[in-house]
Amino acid sequence: MPERIQESESIDRKRLESVGIELNKERRSATFFQVDQDVKMVSSFFEGVEIMSIRDALKKYDWLKDYFWKAVDREKDDYTKEVAEDFNGYFIRAKEGAKIQIPVEACLYLRTRGLKQKVHNIIIAEEGSELNVITGCTSHPGVVSGMHIGISEFFVKKDAKLTFTMIHSWESGIEVRPRTGIIVEDNGVFINNYVLMSPVKIVQAYPVAYLNGENSRAVFNSIIVGLENSYIDVGSRAVLNGEKSSAEIISRTISKGGQIISRGNLTGNAPEVKGHLECRGLMLSEKGSILAIPELEARYPNIELSHEAAIGKIAEDEIFYLMARGFSRDEATAAIIRGFLDLEIKGIPPVLKTEIDKAISLVEKEIL
Amino acid sequence: MKEEILRVVNLGVKVGEKKVLENVNIYIKKGDTVALFGPNGSGKSTLMNTLIGDPRYKVSDGRIFFKGEDITDKETDYRVRMGMGIAFQTPPAISGVKLIDVLKKIAEIKGISEDKIYEYAEYLNMTNFLNRDINKGFSGGEVKRSELLQLLVMNPDFAMLDEPDSGVDLENIALIGEAIKKLLQRDLPKKEREKSGIIITHTGNILDYVDADYGLILYKGRIACIGDPYYILEEVRKNGYEGCVKKCLREFKNLNQ
Repeated sequence: MPERIQESESIDRKRLESVGIELNKERRSATFFQVDQDVKMVSSFFEGVEIMSIRDALKKYDWLKDYFWKAVDREKDDYTKEVAEDFNGYFIRAKEGAKIQIPVEACLYLRTRGLKQKVHNIIIAEEGSELNVITGCTSHPGVVSGMHIGISEFFVKKDAKLTFTMIHSWESGIEVRPRTGIIVEDNGVFINNYVLMSPVKIVQAYPVAYLNGENSRAVFNSIIVGLENSYIDVGSRAVLNGEKSSAEIISRTISKGGQIISRGNLTGNAPEVKGHLECRGLMLSEKGSILAIPELEARYPNIELSHEAAIGKIAEDEIFYLMARGFSRDEATAAIIRGFLDLEIKGIPPVLKTEIDKAISLVEKEIL
Repeated sequence: MKEEILRVVNLGVKVGEKKVLENVNIYIKKGDTVALFGPNGSGKSTLMNTLIGDPRYKVSDGRIFFKGEDITDKETDYRVRMGMGIAFQTPPAISGVKLIDVLKKIAEIKGISEDKIYEYAEYLNMTNFLNRDINKGFSGGEVKRSELLQLLVMNPDFAMLDEPDSGVDLENIALIGEAIKKLLQRDLPKKEREKSGIIITHTGNILDYVDADYGLILYKGRIACIGDPYYILEEVRKNGYEGCVKKCLREFKNLNQ
């Protein structure tokens, strides 16, 4: 219930808004809100969507345990093992055939300084369903240290479509280590949008989509800004196991003093699969670095994989061109950066596009 | 006598260590349009880009006065806000920056209603390009129309057009000519004209649609000839630039005696 959230005075609304969390049932089909390890609010305003804490879901559904550690290896590293011991998190399920355009929002909020937030999330888009999830992960202002480890396993069933948009906003002392796996069945579509624009100590993320179904498809879009003293190692991987499956990985990275590693991997294991990888980077500072690692792996003859990667600075002739239209130097630079980050993400609802644009405009001043 | 809009005095320009323009003197009155001729590589585009303040070109000598103010060291946006405008020959494409974004900014700066944007876009058959990344994948003719559209919305007191007719098909050249005529107020009686400009033309084709008050030849980085634009064009067509410049220099000599 919305009333419950108001009693917890220790939440910073502005922070939430910056990661797309509105806590407004007019504009969301369901809401999940976790502070540290406790779920503070959970409700669904829409028939076709089920939402609850993962702890409650495990009690309610016996079958749920079969979904655990299917898309992410439990023994992968120290972080996955640590989460396996003790966790909370969300369970979101779109019922068979339900088309839910209005986004479901899930927020993971780090409130206590020095805390390790451990979550294990499961999203299931049942056959023929359509689900949009926006998750904002953020920390309370002044929480200068802490750690967020999130295991996420998503299941996109036959003919289903899941759009997952994650906006991160942390502080400079926080370590973030999500581990995400997605399994997509026949004709299923998974679209992942990731936006990171605030300072952070470390982000290390490498979601992997297993396109097991025939004609399944995955799209990863990432917009990353690395500010000073941030270490960001992110990327995405699509494993094309299903016949005629396809994937696209697109990233835009800007280093304003941060160290960024931008990874991408397409692995083709089946006939007639297609994949394209595009990473573009922009260096805005003499400090910082961008390392782009695009990888293509072919394990079958009849496949088509390609990549393009480019890193550069803002072109002086583009700035001059806009100045010849009356833009000041700063206005021209801002317009070019905004253009660089504008991914024109296809197939996402306008409301998500608005959230992403909002996140970008909020940090524009810091980038310049 | 009408007041001056542009005065270029002994202008010298370098790119790196190389001198590309030397002792260039130009005087343009309010209401006048000048045709600028010259072979490829003679410095025509350099001159225009220097006038608008392209940082790649360094002024090594002389001064540029616009509306009586020395703007030699002013930034490009300052010059534009003072009333200069330019249509480039080969503008850069900018990813994610849409033509409409740029037009809206121009309208905002100039205090013009956004309705004008759509009106002019329709006039130049550019409506379908408004939401595209600026210059990205535009054909030669589309670039010209996009540049001209930006100038129409800007409505500058002094417009510079770099080869507005090159790469434009026959179907569109009349349209472009008409638009430039409007921009430079060539459709008004001479004494009512407030707008001035320079048109760079290699072929001279645009002069069939827009008239000019006089012509200049830029040759090897210097002004080599001043005169009636149609006479110059005829001479160039007959004898080539070299022949025309030689003749001009002879006549200049006679004038100086």
